[in-house]
Amino acid sequence: MAAPSSPAPALRRKHLRERLRILGFLSPWLVGFSVFFGYPLIATGYFSFMHYNQIEQPAFVGLRNWKYVLTQMPLFGPALWNTLWLVVVMVALRVVFGLGIGLLVTKVKSGAGFFRTAFYLPYLAPPVAATVAFVFLLNPATGPVNEILGALGIPGPEWFNDPSWAKPSLVLLSLWGIGDLMVIFMAALLDVPKEQYEAAELDGAGAWGRFRYVTWPSITPIVLFAVVTGVVQTMQYYTQALVAGKLASGVSIGPGSVIQPGYPDHSTLTVPQLIYSLGFQNFNTGAACALSLVLFAIAMTVTTLLMRKRAGLLPAED
Amino acid sequence: MTTTTLTRRPARARTPGTPAARARRTRLLHWIAVHTVAVAAALFFLLPFVFVFLTSVMTDDQAMSGELWPHEWNWSNYAAVFTTPGFLDWWRNSLLYAGLGTLFTVCSAIPVAYALARFRFRGRRTAMLLVISTMMLPPQVVVIPMYLVWAQQLHLTGSIWPLVVPMAFGDAYSIFLLRQFLLTIPQEYLESAKVDGCGELRTLLRIVVPMARPGIAAIALFQFFFCWNDYFGPQIYTAQNPAAWTLSYGLESFKSAHSVNWNLTMAATMLVMTPVIVVFFFAQKAFVEGVTLTGVKG
Repeated sequence: MAAPSSPAPALRRKHLRERLRILGFLSPWLVGFSVFFGYPLIATGYFSFMHYNQIEQPAFVGLRNWKYVLTQMPLFGPALWNTLWLVVVMVALRVVFGLGIGLLVTKVKSGAGFFRTAFYLPYLAPPVAATVAFVFLLNPATGPVNEILGALGIPGPEWFNDPSWAKPSLVLLSLWGIGDLMVIFMAALLDVPKEQYEAAELDGAGAWGRFRYVTWPSITPIVLFAVVTGVVQTMQYYTQALVAGKLASGVSIGPGSVIQPGYPDHSTLTVPQLIYSLGFQNFNTGAACALSLVLFAIAMTVTTLLMRKRAGLLPAED
Repeated sequence: MTTTTLTRRPARARTPGTPAARARRTRLLHWIAVHTVAVAAALFFLLPFVFVFLTSVMTDDQAMSGELWPHEWNWSNYAAVFTTPGFLDWWRNSLLYAGLGTLFTVCSAIPVAYALARFRFRGRRTAMLLVISTMMLPPQVVVIPMYLVWAQQLHLTGSIWPLVVPMAFGDAYSIFLLRQFLLTIPQEYLESAKVDGCGELRTLLRIVVPMARPGIAAIALFQFFFCWNDYFGPQIYTAQNPAAWTLSYGLESFKSAHSVNWNLTMAATMLVMTPVIVVFFFAQKAFVEGVTLTGVKG
């Protein structure tokens, strides 16, 4: 708001009070943002130039951590590849599947309430519990899925124990929890004006024509929103991949114990897992911080690009 | 693609009978097709729960066999899970983390969301951008220095405090969501309150909070679920002290401790899933509202 050019002292005091009041309302976040975000971000930058094992004093090593992370660390390539693979495949399939289930739910006439709840329920399962359940369901030895496939005469894959099936298994797990997208798409589909469908039908449009020319244009903002939030979430993908890898490896381990991350064969290793592994298992704080900043840069770039596309996240009047 | 070309115009023209009968038949076929797909989808979504449950009541021997239906219903598995050392601690910690975390988040998010929705001031756009950016950042990016502070300066690792305390300082996602909701409250209500001599704080507490109850319920639920489900936080801050673990974190060690006993692991899995599902059924409306709210453009 433009300040008045020559405010009277009383008016200026009022202005100041107004300012302070706004600051007061914002203060929890201002403190939280500086302490739990601003400070650690700067400190991460500082540590990325240090050799620090959390016992001795940090020692300046210039760009050595950065060089190590970007050019020498053998796991950086696989982790980046896996994260990008998941961002592309998981997000695309989730959006398509979520739209399909959303459409289905709006078409169901009998038992609509039952189906809606049934489709939504898995989304509520805590990620760790859902992952444990899927590692059990898909375990190659005695898992129900392979038992059933076997009974049908289909040899089941090794799922979480096969490097080429581990990521698709994670995708399957993510499709099981499609409830959030289903609700968003359902709401968007119910918002499409009925008259437009009738008009399209009069013009002789078939099912595909109606979807293409009536449904699709009015739900594109929501599709875009689903893609943006999906990309953001998948870049943080951590818990399911870690738990699935740990449990499927079958090694008797408690949380916190050191194992090679990303079982089998680093196929489920994501960038966030690699940060954890570097910082909290290898105590290579410097390299972990450098890698954190690489992830930060990727996330910021993607976010900025997506936000510029008017993804509907920032309301128009801002 | 193939189905769409099939269901286009020509198919309709060739169907025999009066137009009314044809329409009825098409509608019936459509009904059958839709409901067949819906039943198949329901099986995909529900069968995992069924198998997890069935395995959770099997005997140790049968759980290793790959059979799907329990010979005898061994309910004592659930008792065995509850008497596992630490399990009740994890329950208590999960409830504490989720309860306090939700309370703190709601109390701190309300004034911030209100300020961002109501006042026009220089830097508001920047503030919104920063809120959205923090919302989008992977938590791993800033965790290492935070861990060092909690571990080396405050000596509070091994407890749930490093998880709970930050929530008293505004969670970006909750602020964003609640602000979107507050924008839908007509300004006239607030103006009239001001005319009646209400200060901003009184307006917030007396008028805005009651009107925003659905939005507040939504962020409370989301935060409760977030805390209950959180794995990364407990892994970073409580790993060294099993008495401070939460259910989500402890569950994983369950499988390791009972490496062959899928039945006990599945019973524990059921026990971790149940509370969230119960909460959901009690608060379904607020929840669905919250999910759709994320997609609403102000």
